[in-house]
Amino acid sequence: MLLQVRNILRIRSLSLLGLLSAALLAALMLSPSQTPSETQQSAPAAPPSPPTAAAPSPQGGVAGTVASPFGSQAQQNGLNLVVLDPAHGGTDPGARGTGGIRESEIVLDFAIQVRRALELQGFQVVQTRQGNENPSFDDRSATANAQRGAVFVTLHISSTGLPGTARVYVNSQMAPVADSNGLIPWDRAQAPFLGLSRTFGDLVQGFLAQRFKGSPETAETASVRQLRTTAAPAIAVELSSVTIEDRAELDRMAPGVADAIARGAAAFRPSYVVPNSPGALP
Amino acid sequence: MTTRWKFLLIGGLVLIVLAAAIYFPILRRRVKRAARLQQQSEEQARRELAQPIAINPGDPRVKTKLFWASDTIDSTLVPVTVELPLSNNPVLRSKQVLNTLLAGPVDAELRTLPPDALLLAFYLLPDGTAIADFSEALATSIPSGIVSEQLAVDSITRTLEANVPQVQRLKILIHGQEVETLAGHLDLTGTFAINKKPTPSSPDKPATPAGGKTSGTLAQPDRKP
Repeated sequence: MLLQVRNILRIRSLSLLGLLSAALLAALMLSPSQTPSETQQSAPAAPPSPPTAAAPSPQGGVAGTVASPFGSQAQQNGLNLVVLDPAHGGTDPGARGTGGIRESEIVLDFAIQVRRALELQGFQVVQTRQGNENPSFDDRSATANAQRGAVFVTLHISSTGLPGTARVYVNSQMAPVADSNGLIPWDRAQAPFLGLSRTFGDLVQGFLAQRFKGSPETAETASVRQLRTTAAPAIAVELSSVTIEDRAELDRMAPGVADAIARGAAAFRPSYVVPNSPGALP
Repeated sequence: MTTRWKFLLIGGLVLIVLAAAIYFPILRRRVKRAARLQQQSEEQARRELAQPIAINPGDPRVKTKLFWASDTIDSTLVPVTVELPLSNNPVLRSKQVLNTLLAGPVDAELRTLPPDALLLAFYLLPDGTAIADFSEALATSIPSGIVSEQLAVDSITRTLEANVPQVQRLKILIHGQEVETLAGHLDLTGTFAINKKPTPSSPDKPATPAGGKTSGTLAQPDRKP
């Protein structure tokens, strides 16, 4: 009798185990595959150097309340930090050429050269991504908004336009910020910096025009999403284009672009009065 | 229970697991296919509803300025003036000029909008805010880049500005939804300011036929505080 009860218990345990494994297997197979947006969300934010753990949250709705790790140094030396943003990445390749050229890869390579040129000018450089990740627009802006006295440069390659030319964009006119509480609304963080962005953009575009024939003489305006939430002088640099057959043509532009951005940032340095706290009004 | 029954039970469970392993991927594919078919049929229904507004020959023929890419200056727009019979109703008029713009210029190289993009709907609110709802092709078929996306939006806003004075600002939707960017760059979360001059008193007053070589300023996004 006792043996039979033990057998029944053993069989029940085995059955339960079997059912559990079947349910587990089924649950695993039914779980939906990761969508691109989920991939983007879960992609780890680029580990900028220094880390941006102290960056204010985009959901917080305001910027400018978190101390910068560079705070004291920035205060001493004025503008000394450039946040470089190689656009796209991860599941978003950006513009794609017929020759297999991918914008996300080229801008990352360009960023290395721009970084070197900026460091030669005495700037510290923080990148929004260092590998094939795709931080959100807000995460990229947060990297700049957490710093004091930074400027922001986002790098792009277009699908169209005259090959071998380069354009600088600053954000279009925005409604003024009502700063009764001294804070900048996240979704219009660029508004108080538009004038400075224009000065910075014109300087960089001037140097680019000297290097690349056919490029405009002054910066243009466009409602670039990445710039809108950036609480710092911010520009987008876009090169033309991925339509070329040989990537080497674009690669040859890299030193000139890097030099123009570095010289533009150096020339802009005296005209930028660094705010007291990260993301504060200029 | 005997050992034989135990083996039978375990065998049965293994069979269930194997059957599940084979069946569930098939089931998942079917679910995905069904979702895709449903999406296609919705898109098809919208396309049928969004048949281009027929030009009524009885409408007065007016000089209409359409903005396409320049063939001489890189990445700029130029106005092309054509005579079209346009409705006096600002909504119908907007649909007519935008559909003509979407149809494209004679030289396909000068297009600013993808050839497969459609205007699905157009609304005009009493405060002059226009809402243009385009098919997904506007976002998916446009060449990615700040310059190309800016040209696309500018060609829409400047064409409206030149031909429909009642439109004060424009909100662009893609397939009925607000999207963050057009194709990864240009911000579509706000509205684009268009006619900054005072609106004509009569909403049904036909727009003055466009003249001159250039039009107004570039469209600027308008973000209310």
